[in-house]
Amino acid sequence: MLNPQFIPIGEEEYHVNIGPQHPSTHGVLRLVVSLQGETVKSLKPHCGYIHRGIEKMCEKDTYPQIIHLTDRMDYLSAHINNHAVCLLVENALEVEVPERVKYIRTIIDELTRIASHQLWWCSFGMDMGGQTCYFYGLRDREKVLDIFEESFGSRLLHSYYTPGGLMMDIHPNFQKRVKEFIKYFRKKIRDYDDILTGNVIMHERTKGIGIISKEDVISYGVTGPTGRGSGFSCDVRKHHPYAAYDKVEFNEILETAGDTFARYMVRMGEFRESMKIIEQLIDNIPEGDYSAKMKAVIKLPAGEYYQRVEAARGELGVYVISDGNKTPYRMKFRSPNLSNLSALDHMCRGYKIADLIAIGGSLDYVIPDIDR
Amino acid sequence: MSFSIYDFTAFNQSFDRLLFENLSPFWATTIELTLIGLIVLICYALIGLFLVYAERKVCAFVQNRVGPNRVGPYGFFQTIADFIKLMLKELITIKNADKVLFNIAPYIVIIVNFMALAAIPYAKGLHMIDFDIGVLYVMAVSSLSVVGVLLAGWSSNSKFSLIGAMRSGAQIVSYELSVGLSLVTMIILAGTMQFSAIVEGQADGWFLFKGHIPALIAFVIFLIASTAEINRGPFDLAEAESELTAGFHTEYSGIKFAFFYLSEYMNMFVVAAIASTVFLGGWMPFHIGNWSGFNNVMDYIPPIFWFFGKTFFIIWVIMLFKWTFPRLRIDQLLTLEWKYLLPINLVNILIMSFIVLMGWHF
Repeated sequence: MLNPQFIPIGEEEYHVNIGPQHPSTHGVLRLVVSLQGETVKSLKPHCGYIHRGIEKMCEKDTYPQIIHLTDRMDYLSAHINNHAVCLLVENALEVEVPERVKYIRTIIDELTRIASHQLWWCSFGMDMGGQTCYFYGLRDREKVLDIFEESFGSRLLHSYYTPGGLMMDIHPNFQKRVKEFIKYFRKKIRDYDDILTGNVIMHERTKGIGIISKEDVISYGVTGPTGRGSGFSCDVRKHHPYAAYDKVEFNEILETAGDTFARYMVRMGEFRESMKIIEQLIDNIPEGDYSAKMKAVIKLPAGEYYQRVEAARGELGVYVISDGNKTPYRMKFRSPNLSNLSALDHMCRGYKIADLIAIGGSLDYVIPDIDR
Repeated sequence: MSFSIYDFTAFNQSFDRLLFENLSPFWATTIELTLIGLIVLICYALIGLFLVYAERKVCAFVQNRVGPNRVGPYGFFQTIADFIKLMLKELITIKNADKVLFNIAPYIVIIVNFMALAAIPYAKGLHMIDFDIGVLYVMAVSSLSVVGVLLAGWSSNSKFSLIGAMRSGAQIVSYELSVGLSLVTMIILAGTMQFSAIVEGQADGWFLFKGHIPALIAFVIFLIASTAEINRGPFDLAEAESELTAGFHTEYSGIKFAFFYLSEYMNMFVVAAIASTVFLGGWMPFHIGNWSGFNNVMDYIPPIFWFFGKTFFIIWVIMLFKWTFPRLRIDQLLTLEWKYLLPINLVNILIMSFIVLMGWHF
């Protein structure tokens, strides 16, 4: 006898936990995916597996100490996170930072962006099943990390910026090696295009997949290359220039398709724009101090402060309420990854499980930045 | 035939006669079967280990790396070390898994491999069974491996495994068709399904060159479809690492995992061996029409080298596929088969039949 509650195969929904331990969640992210056959019906991200309470820890730390915590959020754009806190303190205290510092910070921010996008490219290729991409990307990222290592001794968590300037001056070899790297990478980026950008399978897998419209991008607060892939002009470097960004010529890469391929192309374009920015600045670094004079104990005047920068994955906002002490009363980070992740459900519905992985790869999330 | 110096037939027959003259038929047969079984087991293990090593070196070559280079000269014993490690690992039994099917599945996959290996001609006279329907037999046997894969996915009681098994079921059954039809094209040209006769038929030129364009099309389709049939990248959806962790063998550990792993490589060997036999002349040396001087020189290279040379060349091509291309999606995979490869194949068979009818082939 047939069971009255019999549901034909293929119409029943079932749930699959992708993560917290999974090769393509790029960390400890857990996605509870509701599937029908192979089609994604809905998706719930469960965050918090690597929550360390960074915002709470900030409340007992002084401002120079906070910089070391921001490294640990989006560890792939560590310099840019540091930059946000430094700018906030400098603007609050109305300190005039030497030009030399601004130039160096801009160059290093862009190098960070290149390194971060390189790792994105590796893991995106990996998610698509092209494992050779991983080694091509890491090979070139190594060059950037070597420059970082020579200049300030660390490869991942640098804490190189301090309120008012830099921790130390750049290494004498810095300019030479950066120029060498740009020359090298301009050649190597063609490999990237050869192996992935021009591939037919890659086009089939990404074009028209994971579409999100400009309105949705804005309402979800999606920023960075992900937002610009849908035509949302949101580059903080362009709209609210900081450091030396008002002195350089560069384009904000905009794509209008809003699919996975558009997001891919935005990042591929940003490689070249970042190199353009560095080339304009690297020969013109002015002489001068590497830091402004700062008091030994930094106290922000009572009040609220907000500072934003363009991190590799989108707009990073830092919000501080100060009561005049040497530690903030409340500190809040607006991390780009959390808002980008919130749109994942919207993007994935109705696509296949393989598309979910490709879309996730194109969002380029860094889990410690989501959880903080 | 001028290459009789490398002919194994005489040796085989004299050995056979020796056994049957001195022993009772029962013991003679038993000894022969045991010897063949032992040789096959050893060759299976050696070829499997070598292919794993070769894959690592090829992949390292593509990815600007060195590859294994610590264990033994050029890292040659790395795979043996890995194999010993896998043998010593715990066999995890899974709660609520279907124990019988779960344990049977790896053996099905392995046994199917052995059965396919039996019908392949390695050199003249070096041939375990020379069926007169050899091609059909290999096709029939190799399509059984999907049973093992499906059982593995079903019995593991894991959703990832089940999705992997579903995918591989759809994939292998579909691509079996293209593999079969492209072989049918060549059978029409050869006029026989017997492997030894197919090889002999290529004495004055390989079928790839004799069969004009249809043979070339069939060869390309066979390469694509067989790559899909053995679950290798860019068609490795059944074990899509970034989506399903390891697909149908997610829950297997230790030596059972090694069986699946080994069988994947041996499947590749079987497919490459068939491709080299049917399209590239198997153990037949490279001959050009009536250039007897050139042909005589080629005959001095033993047929076994010709066979393995061609087979490993095709394996190398299949490996390059995997390390260059990203993975397809399941619906694109099926579209490729049913909308493109199958119609092309059917038309190709027609053209080939026409050419054979008119006698236009070389």
